Amino acid sequence: MDIKLFTGHKNRPHVVALAGNPNVGKSTIFNALTGLRQHTGNWPGKTVNNARGTFSYKNKSFLLVDLPGTYSLLARSVEEEIARDFICFGQPDLTIVVLAASSLERNLNLALQVLEITPRVVICVNLLDEAKKNNIYVDLEGLSKRLGVPAIGTVARTGQGLDELLEAVAARIEDPGTNQPRQVVYSQEVEEIVAFLIPQVQRLVGTAINPRWLALRLLDSDRAFIEKIVQHFNPQLCIGTSSEISFDQHLEAVI
Amino acid sequence: MNEVEPLKTLSQIYTEVNRISHSTRINLSDQIVADIYANAAQIANEVVVRNPFSASCDWDARVDSILTSRLLGYPVMILLLGLVFWITLQGANIPSEMLATVLFGLEGKMSAWLLQVGAPDWLNGVLVLGMYKTLAWVVAVMLPPMAIFFPLFTLLEDLGYLPRVAFNLDNLFKKARSCGKQALTMCMGFGCNAAGVTSCRIIDSPRERLIAVLTNNFVPCNGRFPTLLAMATIFVAGGLASSAQMIVATAVITGLVLIGIGVTFLTSWCLSRTILQGEVSALILELPPYRRPQIGAVIYRSIIDRTIFVLMRAVVVAAPAGALIWILGNVQIGQLSIIGHLAHWLNPFGQLIGLDGFILLAFILGFPANEIVLPILIMSYLAVGQMTEFQSLEELRRLLVTNGWTWLTAVNMMLFSLLHWPCATTLLTVFKETKSFKWTFMAFLLPTTIAITVCFSVAQLVRSLGLV
Amino acid sequence: MDHFTKTQKAIPLSDIPVGATGVIASLNLNGLLRRRVLDLGMVPGTFVECLRQSPSGDPTAYRVRGTTIALRRESTDQIAVYQLKMGPETSPPVPGKEG
Ligand SMILES: Nc1nc2c(ncn2[C@@H]2O[C@H](COP(=O)(O)OP(=O)(O)O)[C@@H](O)[C@H]2O)c(=O)[nH]1
Ligand SMILES: [Mg+2]
Repeated sequence: MDIKLFTGHKNRPHVVALAGNPNVGKSTIFNALTGLRQHTGNWPGKTVNNARGTFSYKNKSFLLVDLPGTYSLLARSVEEEIARDFICFGQPDLTIVVLAASSLERNLNLALQVLEITPRVVICVNLLDEAKKNNIYVDLEGLSKRLGVPAIGTVARTGQGLDELLEAVAARIEDPGTNQPRQVVYSQEVEEIVAFLIPQVQRLVGTAINPRWLALRLLDSDRAFIEKIVQHFNPQLCIGTSSEISFDQHLEAVI
Repeated sequence: MNEVEPLKTLSQIYTEVNRISHSTRINLSDQIVADIYANAAQIANEVVVRNPFSASCDWDARVDSILTSRLLGYPVMILLLGLVFWITLQGANIPSEMLATVLFGLEGKMSAWLLQVGAPDWLNGVLVLGMYKTLAWVVAVMLPPMAIFFPLFTLLEDLGYLPRVAFNLDNLFKKARSCGKQALTMCMGFGCNAAGVTSCRIIDSPRERLIAVLTNNFVPCNGRFPTLLAMATIFVAGGLASSAQMIVATAVITGLVLIGIGVTFLTSWCLSRTILQGEVSALILELPPYRRPQIGAVIYRSIIDRTIFVLMRAVVVAAPAGALIWILGNVQIGQLSIIGHLAHWLNPFGQLIGLDGFILLAFILGFPANEIVLPILIMSYLAVGQMTEFQSLEELRRLLVTNGWTWLTAVNMMLFSLLHWPCATTLLTVFKETKSFKWTFMAFLLPTTIAITVCFSVAQLVRSLGLV
Repeated sequence: MDHFTKTQKAIPLSDIPVGATGVIASLNLNGLLRRRVLDLGMVPGTFVECLRQSPSGDPTAYRVRGTTIALRRESTDQIAVYQLKMGPETSPPVPGKEG
């Protein structure tokens, strides 16, 4: 996957990634914004590759990337790999995290993980119509306040809320704000270990990537991924580690 | 955790982390997930408001209790499949006739015009009798069913029915030691086997994914489907009144698709116990809420998409194939045309499996795209036969009978079409997905062997029983 | 979590009948499957309602955090839950099921 397609290019379009659980309407939003016809379907797994499309808004051009749906950035299936690597290494200017209003709890799991990696996020609460049918209402302002990033409600099918979404995306890219978005508060035991690891990790990768998040990945014992991160941000350091195991082998071993 | 010296390398950090995780009594990775969920639950609790007064009636549960019920789950599945086929048959009939009238009507005008401006006979042959006629066949016979079947299936997909199919069928897949999500990839295969093969990525286990890739071909794709419809309508249900004909044809097609599904299970079962041995892995399948399909968008999109796609393929593949057939049929070597020689050479084997040389040749020439198999077959019969004027759909039956077809030929034609090798695009996709010549070759060999074996057995059985 | 007592014995999720609800006690799964089950929100303490069985009896669909997930018996055998007592007084306020 050519994730560095546009980085380092002057006048490049703003790269915006669409992340979210499977089946929350990412492709529908993608189609509505880009005018393309990425296939949508009501089953998890419909989108298996990164579709790209461009659109412009207020004389700015944007490149929108429709990521495969994932439940988490922690597990190790191919789609989650693709989505996570794009958010980590593709360095999109912004990630829109699409949430299904009717199962917000499960969806927030992913949103919180993305917010640990990057503050350049706009939350899109989609499927408001479906939620309403089930008597579920989402306090968008409250959500935005708690997460520390903008939260926009949409009904992707009818296009309701998409203008506000674009407005928020453009504004957030211009000015990402200085507030740290909501970070997950872990149980005491985890927090203590993380506090101990952060300075060590910082020495390794500097500030290129959120050291807290990297420390958590260390505890998560996902070595192949750690090595990928370190290699990406500080290649010299990988000497002397067990990075000989290729990524594919690791994948196979996991599966 | 008092630090003596800063850790300098990654491996030192690893050692340290290992030490820490061994000294804690909790599983740290589990705890991290649980903690994130605790945060998510807290936020959701604060921002999600439920209206406690208007009781929502749980439509999803009601629908699911029918569609996945012990009693009705399987019958409803087969009925829905049949319904889709029946609507396709009914719906395709009239547009087919209309397209045939218009397109074949134009043919005569084109020929007349070409001859009038003094074009040589062979040019008229290649352009009109070869290219145009084949194109006209593809558009008239193949396009309407494709343009109807595809949106119908997309509607079921949009509704959210496909995961329920996977839910219903998973136990059978488990017995075959494969993944229930294979049902989803098969559903995609109805649209196009290449798309079906790509969708196999949703299966996590490489072994089970490979099984799904190798067997995807056993669901008839949109390009083969009209061939089956034509066979079922004009041959198997031929002599009946038109409404009964539709019902019988629908039953035949449904049965055929069920045979394909059966072969999929059997093949998966065998693969799991031979070259793709292994234990069955777990299944995690989300059943999304039912959603009202975007009927307008689906119909518009798939008709436009399909029409353009089929027309493009027709121009790219069918037109050259038509020209080729005309040339092969009109260049004589000795007593016979080239096509006659080829068919003659293939005929003994064709007869052995209940087909004939021309049919085999059509399947071989149809390798680039299954849509052109039937048109090529018609063209090659026409090229060597006496009949030159052949325009209406009813005459197809007569043409086939003239060429020695019996009901056995029609049945085996359907079976062969259902089971034979995948088209070039699908094989290319298999290669892209597996990155292996070996498995791509298997994806060719496996169906081919099965198709030949099945057709051979049926032909021998029927003949030995003296049924034809 | 006062719907069950600490002394109550955990049973496999596969033993929970259709219509009943359990609270996850522990997972006895390994590798990727464990991760996936956790990622779907089936962490200890989570309510899981048994919704329905496939026509052939397996897999079974469960309601977890507002979503429906189907799992095979081999997996649910390895998930330990405390079954909630049924009946109007003791049934928990499962989200989205009031009224
Ligand atoms: N009712 C409703 N359905 C939607 C909405 N957005 C998407 N859908 C439907 O949800 C299903 C999944 O959408 P899709 O874009 O493929 O989701 P993805 O997997 O996240 O890309 C499709 O059937 C869409 O038609 C919405 O806002 N309201
Ligand atoms: Mg999608």
